[in-house]
Amino acid sequence: MPAEFYYGVEVFLNGLMAGVMYSLVALGFVLIFKASGIFNYAQGVMALFAAMTLVGLQNGQIPFAHLINAALGTEVHHFGWTLPAFVAIIMTLGVMLIFALLVEKFVLKHLVNQEPIILFMATIGLAYFMEGFGDLMWNSDVKKLDVGIPKGGNIWVEESTAFLGGEDFYGFYLDSLDISAALIAAVLVGALVAFSQYTKTGRALRAVADDHQAALSVGISLRTIWVIVWTIAGFVALIAGIMWGSKSGVQFSLSLIALKALPVLILGGFTSIPGAIIGGFIIGVGEKMFEFLIGVPFLGGATENWFAYVLAMVFLVFRPQGLFGEKIIERV
Amino acid sequence: MLYREVGEFKTSYKSDQQTFPITSDRLVVLSLIFIAFFIIPFFITEYMASAIVLPFLIFGIAALGLNILTGYCGQVSLGSGGFMAVGAYACYKIMTSFPDLNIFFCVILSGLVTGIVGLAFGLPSLRIKGFYLAVSTLAAQFFLVWAFTKFPWFFNYSASGQITANERLMFDIPVSGANVAAPIAYLICLIFFVSLALIARNLTRGSLGRKWMAIRDMDIAAEIIGVNPLTAKLSAFCISSIYIGISGALLFCLYFGAVEAGDAFGIDKSFLILFMIIIGGLGSIFGSIAGAAFLVAMPVILKNIMVDFLAWPVDLAAHFEFLIIGALIVFILIVEPHGFAMLWRIIKEKLRLWPFPH
Repeated sequence: MPAEFYYGVEVFLNGLMAGVMYSLVALGFVLIFKASGIFNYAQGVMALFAAMTLVGLQNGQIPFAHLINAALGTEVHHFGWTLPAFVAIIMTLGVMLIFALLVEKFVLKHLVNQEPIILFMATIGLAYFMEGFGDLMWNSDVKKLDVGIPKGGNIWVEESTAFLGGEDFYGFYLDSLDISAALIAAVLVGALVAFSQYTKTGRALRAVADDHQAALSVGISLRTIWVIVWTIAGFVALIAGIMWGSKSGVQFSLSLIALKALPVLILGGFTSIPGAIIGGFIIGVGEKMFEFLIGVPFLGGATENWFAYVLAMVFLVFRPQGLFGEKIIERV
Repeated sequence: MLYREVGEFKTSYKSDQQTFPITSDRLVVLSLIFIAFFIIPFFITEYMASAIVLPFLIFGIAALGLNILTGYCGQVSLGSGGFMAVGAYACYKIMTSFPDLNIFFCVILSGLVTGIVGLAFGLPSLRIKGFYLAVSTLAAQFFLVWAFTKFPWFFNYSASGQITANERLMFDIPVSGANVAAPIAYLICLIFFVSLALIARNLTRGSLGRKWMAIRDMDIAAEIIGVNPLTAKLSAFCISSIYIGISGALLFCLYFGAVEAGDAFGIDKSFLILFMIIIGGLGSIFGSIAGAAFLVAMPVILKNIMVDFLAWPVDLAAHFEFLIIGALIVFILIVEPHGFAMLWRIIKEKLRLWPFPH
């Protein structure tokens, strides 16, 4: 086997791993879309905000320190403690719960029965608000996030695959962080499926997803369901934020992964959790392989910026409802 | 009492179908145009032009274009930044290939080039709708910006990867590049802005505009009553792209002078223009202009208050700006989903009755 072949396989595997990361963000989208029909553009910023809050709590940063200093002329920055990762994660979850409550109370409640496009715009507004709020609360520096997930090349994978190739082949290079992300994503999807299939709340969630009015008429409180869904989405955003934050630092560009999750959703269909995962794989592998086979040799690289969108667009022309989406039936 | 159509008797079709049928409307618009052309140029300062007036006029044109596509025809687009980039790079290529061509022709030609590109990216809209279309217009945004940074032909193989507007003269006065005097740049932008706004106003109340609105309200029903969705959607994409391309070209040759596609025409520009038409009002010419004015002026005002008046650091002010813009968008969507245009309609309704309550 030539070396290029093994390199191609490695690119393929790395694409799968990148796909997992995209799926993590896409999952949050699907959850909210299923339960409330809202296309939540703020999911990416929620991941950023969750990661910032986690780092801020861990390092004992004083919230709004920058603002307090500017307004009162003081010089405060840190409380002077560091929290263990576990405690900080629990506290961040609490923050995301409060956030869900506030969003329901101040935004969603007032926008019931609006057109989907208005709701979508409202979540873009929400994304801007959260971005400004997060920066104001925890300042906009690039922060390092470390909750004890191993990083760097995985030696075990490298050694156990070294025998496949010849003299100059040292095994496949995979990042430990990506492997943990894949494992966590698998657990997360399992937990979400179990939650929606086997608990009472999960059944209520599915009922709301099926038909809002029917669910209301049998006594399910839509507003409670929305808070629950946004909290779960906040939890998924936290996990995505931890993974992306450990990988590339907690910074503004983290919120842009929401844009990358859009083609994933289009491929997988907006209402399907397995679709989000498989869509993530297709996009991840597709853009890495395209870059490897065509992008770098013929087009000068950096095709990852747009390949996912073009793939999604071409795909949509042939199958407008996505891979696993329900068929769109329109009536006059 | 102040604003009414009572007592205006139209005696010919021509006067019945003029652009502004109500006398007070016509007077207001004409006097605004008069002030804009003959009074403001003598008072405009370098700071006013570069901070508020030029961006307002240029983004106003882009907002008009996007409102034609999204507000009137119902096709959500997130690719405006990419189309502005097409306008700017087309303008650059035309300016460097034909050094003697008048600046007006350069800008109009680059608008037409953008229209053709827009037509190509509008093709998927015939099969894809709603969110799905919005995401596939992202393909235009990212692909175009990538193409302009990757292929050196677009920036004439310059080492910095930037395009720079060379200076050209009209009546011995510089009209493009970095050295344009504020009143000249203002007047050129104003000519484009006023004529494009009037064209948009007339397009949208003509048969083409009615077709667009039929498609927006329900495309299948529109098809049944005989609107051809192919021509309606593609003409909306094409005309909207011409507008956005012209605004990109003006932004490049009169405002920035030198741009790099990734910085100047990123996804944030697409969202900015989208916000303008949401806040202003979808499906309204007045709304596009009001939204552009609001979103251009507000950051400047906020910055003036926070940085100059309260003496806060610049980055803090920037965070606040994000926060306030986001909150305002949500607030306006909740209070008045139809934007400033709806508020204006309500005010006009009140003015008809004033000073009597009924």
